[in-house]
Amino acid sequence: MSKVAIIGVGQSAFVRSYPGSIRELAFEGFKEAMQDARLTTKDIDASVICSAPEYDKQRSPAGVFAEYMGLNPQPTFYVESLCSSSSMGVRLAYSLVKSGLHDVVAVIGFQKMSEISSSESQERMGRGADIQWESPFGTMMPAYYAMFARAHMEKYGTTLEDLALIRVKAATYGQLNDKAVYRKPVTFDMFSDPENRMSGPVASPLRVGDCCANADGSSCIIVAKEEKAKALCKKPVWIMGLGAATASVNLAGRDVFTGLAVAQKAGKQAYEMAGVAPKDIDVAEVHDCFTIAEMMAYEDLGFARPGEGKALVKDKATYKEGSIPVNVDGGLLSKGHPIGATGGSQIRTIVLQLRDEAGDIQVKDPQIGLVHNIGGVGLYGNVTILAR
Amino acid sequence: MSSVKEVDDRFKKFGTVSFTSITKTNDFIDYLEKGKVMGTRCKGCGLIFFPPRADCHQCLAGNMEWSEITGTGKLVTYSKLEFAPIGFQEDVPYCIALLDYGDYKVFGRIADDLSEQDIEVGMQMKTAVNTLPNGQLNYVFQKS
Ligand SMILES: [Zn+2]
Repeated sequence: MSKVAIIGVGQSAFVRSYPGSIRELAFEGFKEAMQDARLTTKDIDASVICSAPEYDKQRSPAGVFAEYMGLNPQPTFYVESLCSSSSMGVRLAYSLVKSGLHDVVAVIGFQKMSEISSSESQERMGRGADIQWESPFGTMMPAYYAMFARAHMEKYGTTLEDLALIRVKAATYGQLNDKAVYRKPVTFDMFSDPENRMSGPVASPLRVGDCCANADGSSCIIVAKEEKAKALCKKPVWIMGLGAATASVNLAGRDVFTGLAVAQKAGKQAYEMAGVAPKDIDVAEVHDCFTIAEMMAYEDLGFARPGEGKALVKDKATYKEGSIPVNVDGGLLSKGHPIGATGGSQIRTIVLQLRDEAGDIQVKDPQIGLVHNIGGVGLYGNVTILAR
Repeated sequence: MSSVKEVDDRFKKFGTVSFTSITKTNDFIDYLEKGKVMGTRCKGCGLIFFPPRADCHQCLAGNMEWSEITGTGKLVTYSKLEFAPIGFQEDVPYCIALLDYGDYKVFGRIADDLSEQDIEVGMQMKTAVNTLPNGQLNYVFQKS
């Protein structure tokens, strides 16, 4: 069976307010990936454009981007699964290449969140849940994840201090990432200082320091079939496993509140497809939109047993030198979370790690990496396993 | 004679801000007005739905009857919001929560008169109709 590779990766800086239009923002990630892969637009057989709707005014961005990137007359696809859109885009690109329909596919994720206010953006994100039966109660993402945090604390004795350690780790590496929106140090003591912004309430039990920031950004992943990858690329990174799952949008339809069922299911699929186990993963990027989300990811992906995720961060096992480094690019907590661009940024980090090109955050000699990317509050889950 | 067709948009009355006005489950609002919180039960296969729905994915029948949410459910989890999305700022602070009734769960808000000290995960609560300050209707969880 012919394999599928990633032959180019790119991302824009993730910033609070990008001084340009969405097509210009998307071009930044695209340009970096094209230069990385040393391709021209004629080499790209199709594009997949990924974002969540209603942050900007453009309807059907795929056509606009295809033209701006110089990808006419090749076909383009638009993929949306909220915050996991660009992982879902890579899943589509994989299937397009594997089917033989296209040889080289560019997956471009973007989001320009700064065109609307923060409370408007909370309302948009809240409407990524059940608009008929939940949104009329005034829901927003931090509160939904806070409900999972509360359940995790009740069942396993997880504490706010355990969660703070995850933010401290993220900031340790965010300071090294010149594409991250938040690059200041965060200390453990900030969370117990009522005067410090980090300890401010958002949605109990989560605090400001437990939440990632909105950002504008773009990412691009170039996917190719084996023969092309070997011809075009010195260090192709292979897509070994893909998992994807959905769950009930209304929390009333869920059974698990101490983890995300979609992550558990997608993880299991990806491990099986790749023929590897959690212990084989050398470096991982997980969807830490909130500190509790990273804690649950440790457990959902099998890096720790249920309830024991806190030991991983306490023992620094998820630091760069630890047994399972997680989010050593700063994660969403430091990089910021431009919805449609996020998955591509996570994949880019793992590809650079597997090529030994990650610079200051390079993990020693990783062979296999994993990306965990979640859409909504565990509505969509994507897990991607990559190998050198 | 008016040529304007009457639109049944009763559902716009649900919650602080409703994002849906027309649904086959519009009768939910009439029941709220009578003080009842209702789910639906499929007459074809007996499956109970909350939130209520018009269609059964199990047997594909579109033959539902309304059934009242009675008794108490166990508080699964909750969160108190200190910030709110646009349209909900007047309500802050408020708690969103989930009750487990065994056969089904109910997502909603906790009654405003309960302070956070009185709320404990695992406690038994009941679901009751509530009129919001802006005249809209929702339901809230009260201490049982
Ligand atoms: Zn039925």
